[in-house]
Amino acid sequence: MNTTERIGWSRDEMAQKAAQDIHDGAYVNLGIGMPELIAEHVPEGIEVIYHTENGLLGMGPVPAAGEEDIELINAGKKYVTAIKGACYFHHADSFTMIRGGHLDISILGALQVCEKGDLANWSTGKPGAIPAVGGAMDLVAGVKNVWVITDHNTKDGQFKIVNNCSFPLTGKGVVNTIYTNLAIIDVTENGLKVREMAPGVSFDYLQERTEPTLIS
Amino acid sequence: MINKLVGSDAEAVSDIFDGATVMIGGFGEAGSPIELIHRLIDLGSKNLTVVSNNTGSGNVGIAALIANRQVKKMICSFPRSTNSVVFPELYRNGEIELELVPQGTLAERIRAGGAGIPAFYTPSSVNTPLAEGKEIREFNGQSFVLEYGIKADFALVKCKTADRYGNLTYNKTARNFSPIMCTAAKTTIVQAKHIVEPGDIDPECVVTPGIFVNRVVEISDPEHESVLVANNSRYPR
Repeated sequence: MNTTERIGWSRDEMAQKAAQDIHDGAYVNLGIGMPELIAEHVPEGIEVIYHTENGLLGMGPVPAAGEEDIELINAGKKYVTAIKGACYFHHADSFTMIRGGHLDISILGALQVCEKGDLANWSTGKPGAIPAVGGAMDLVAGVKNVWVITDHNTKDGQFKIVNNCSFPLTGKGVVNTIYTNLAIIDVTENGLKVREMAPGVSFDYLQERTEPTLIS
Repeated sequence: MINKLVGSDAEAVSDIFDGATVMIGGFGEAGSPIELIHRLIDLGSKNLTVVSNNTGSGNVGIAALIANRQVKKMICSFPRSTNSVVFPELYRNGEIELELVPQGTLAERIRAGGAGIPAFYTPSSVNTPLAEGKEIREFNGQSFVLEYGIKADFALVKCKTADRYGNLTYNKTARNFSPIMCTAAKTTIVQAKHIVEPGDIDPECVVTPGIFVNRVVEISDPEHESVLVANNSRYPR
């Protein structure tokens, strides 16, 4: 990726930002795509246990070349490792952890997030699109803190942070915080509050690229 | 004497009938019982309802079973993956049915089916299109959707180690749906990488108790779906 042409944080910096907000001792589920990067950025000095819904608590970094195991993958079906002290379990136990409220943080990708924290991330609803939901609906229903990590806008400049989601919902009023390449935004009772902006991003620049009115 | 070991993978699946509901373990490639699936393709049973998290990749395994027009309906959570070509095409042409289920709801429906629980309420999918037309009920001020347990005629499962009683252990994230599928099928058919003597698996470490298993066949060197897909392999070859 050519980071020099991109305004705001790189994908790795976004992952790092989200990783820095994870508290010591947290159990965290990382969704498919950009969330997977977060596992590479655990701050030093704190201990975080990563859950992947296909049955692993204690997911470690990607394996070295040649060390891949086809039976050790994450929810995105990519090769991972297991840390010392990791454990494996079946799917009903895995979703007991999720739906039963045992995980602290779920970090997901997004197609759209609305002002009230509704999330759409599984289908564009377009004719011919193959709907695929995976574990997203269970995660947003069961996990206490739901964070979204996503580019601020679509590749063709459309809003991803919208007044109301036009795509089919994953969950209603479920998102707590949004990490984008431009800013970190909290979903509050009063609306979307900007917590931090990337270097070189002004509030006006951010607002132009966000449909709902932001709180500075 | 109890002996659930059968001589061949073909024999293990030989009574899967037209119209059967078949659960197939695996999350992507991990845990997918590819030899049992290929023997089901050889057998040719039609109009199957398949319960599995994914719809396969390339032209082998579940994807090949679908391509062979043996599957009437898929019940799954994630029917599009990298290298998933067969299902999307048939689905777009209206040639295969899809019941899309959130992954945790799918797991719980299978668990419930195996545990004799006909239905349950879950918060997953409330306020989404996947809850449309379903009963919603409030408990403690929160909304939940009614979902039904799933039972199957057969489960096809891959494990690491088995004994003749049907006690099973798995390998890493290849475990996934398999233990619950074993509980939810009338006939559970297992391909095991190793067969050991009863007692060789520490009773504390048995993952699937043998009571949930009917047939075990040893497949000591299973094919790897990702390797077959990378080589553009097809089944039948």
